[in-house]
Amino acid sequence: MKKIYLDYASTTPMDKRALKAMAPYFSEKFGNTMSLHLFGQEAKIALEESREKVADLIGAKLDEIIFTSSASESNNLALKGVAFANKNKGKHIIISSIEHPCIMESAKWLEKQGFEITKIPVDKYGVVSPKDIEKEIKPETILVSVIHASNEIGTIQPIEEIGKICRQKGVYFHTDASQSLGKIPINVESMSIDLLTASSHKMYGPKGVALLYVKNGVKIEPILHGGGQENGLRSSTSNLPAIVGFAKAVEICKKEMKTESARLIKLRDYLIKNILKIEGVFLNGHLKKRLPNNANFSFSFIEGESLVIQLDLEGIAVSTGSACSSAKLEPSYILLAIGLRHEQAHGSLRISLGRQTSKKDIDYLLKVLPKIIKQLRAISPFRN
Amino acid sequence: MSALASKHLIKIMENNTCGLYTKKVINTFKNPHNYGKIKNADGIGKVGNIICGDVMWLYIKVGKNKKREEIIKDIKFETFGCVAAISTSSVITDLAKGKTLKKAMNIEKDEIVKKLGGLPKIKYHCSVLAVDALVEAIYDYFYKAKKQIPDSLRKKHEAIQKSKEIIDKKYEKWSK
Repeated sequence: MKKIYLDYASTTPMDKRALKAMAPYFSEKFGNTMSLHLFGQEAKIALEESREKVADLIGAKLDEIIFTSSASESNNLALKGVAFANKNKGKHIIISSIEHPCIMESAKWLEKQGFEITKIPVDKYGVVSPKDIEKEIKPETILVSVIHASNEIGTIQPIEEIGKICRQKGVYFHTDASQSLGKIPINVESMSIDLLTASSHKMYGPKGVALLYVKNGVKIEPILHGGGQENGLRSSTSNLPAIVGFAKAVEICKKEMKTESARLIKLRDYLIKNILKIEGVFLNGHLKKRLPNNANFSFSFIEGESLVIQLDLEGIAVSTGSACSSAKLEPSYILLAIGLRHEQAHGSLRISLGRQTSKKDIDYLLKVLPKIIKQLRAISPFRN
Repeated sequence: MSALASKHLIKIMENNTCGLYTKKVINTFKNPHNYGKIKNADGIGKVGNIICGDVMWLYIKVGKNKKREEIIKDIKFETFGCVAAISTSSVITDLAKGKTLKKAMNIEKDEIVKKLGGLPKIKYHCSVLAVDALVEAIYDYFYKAKKQIPDSLRKKHEAIQKSKEIIDKKYEKWSK
């Protein structure tokens, strides 16, 4: 049976070159980066070389990159770390209403600790208005956090404008770039970013490693205390194999980004154009301001989990924002935030492309999908 | 892959919150029985809530067996929902077809779950939905035919209505 992976927003297969780069750091070059001897020195050098590669991709300085274990950890550290280090200035934090759950839940937790959270709504394309953020900034505001590109609908936010506003107002600006780094250019200087999260396994690196960029001078408290690794911001023995693999993956992304993104945009637009030909379907998110590899649709009269499983049985792996795909009864809050009705959110399908995706794969999907839609609609009570 | 058969995996599935189904569930979902409408149905049961993502409609046609007892002569379903909802819909139609009304209204959710070789815990409510839809269809038949409604059926119907009200109220702001 065919096996076509179209869920790159969920995770990516590791690049073989990155896998090869990290391999020696398990048992051959196994040293602890904190040790003084040769083993340690070798590890330390590899760690700092990796840091350099990662810093280079976003235009950061070497000591502004903190390696963590996941984007969730980075986002937790950004929100909680800034909150606790700056609570004397104020206790107000602004986020968008379409953040990843790790930002949402961190904010919720901070609310319980006495912080005030403002959630900025989005328009029907999922775009945050920088003006809305400007209006909400007050003297007590310490942090604005807006996701660079939505993990679900792929909408890219005007973070440069948001960054500028925050800089002018003297408020820290954090962006979660887990879905965007390596796909679209990011420069922390020109975009006025103070903190930035990115994840290795979304860019063909290994799982279990991510980064938080923290601009020099930003006041932030660690969550993990201990041996003082990562500038004292993230104690824990460095996960060197993963970090080396991450850095190699970053290097490859940087080199191939331009051609690969152009290729993906072409494929994405071909996919969108053809899926919109099916009756009773609409695109979620923005037509142009979206990630090169993301497409998200809602199909009327159909529930997303059924759709995903039917496609899986045909060898195609995709995802949905339906409630049935989660432990909760509610469908994706991101789809509700862009104004979808519940039944439309239940009928959503996210297709995310990547390096292994070919036009042949898309054509196969386009051949299979209309049949499945027809089949599921034949069972649905709402088809008439 | 979605279809998992071994006992070990079924155990994982039962404790799992979502996404994993038995081969029986997947096969039923792939080829559901008795879907569609019945024109001039004798009874229709409509349960579920679009906001939660599961809506099930059951149509029944009532006839008589040799002993002159009323039976479910024909039954069809229409379902908007997940894999589990569609599978349980199919199974309830198979279980109910040919049964006397008395027996049909007493089909239990466990029978459905068993027929499917198990369901993830979080999806048990889909089997409840199927049982409720059948009860509602049979109630609707009694009501429309102006027949005396058996006490046990009335009680079941009232319980279903009550929980429906609670859910409708919970999601009031969304349904407009």
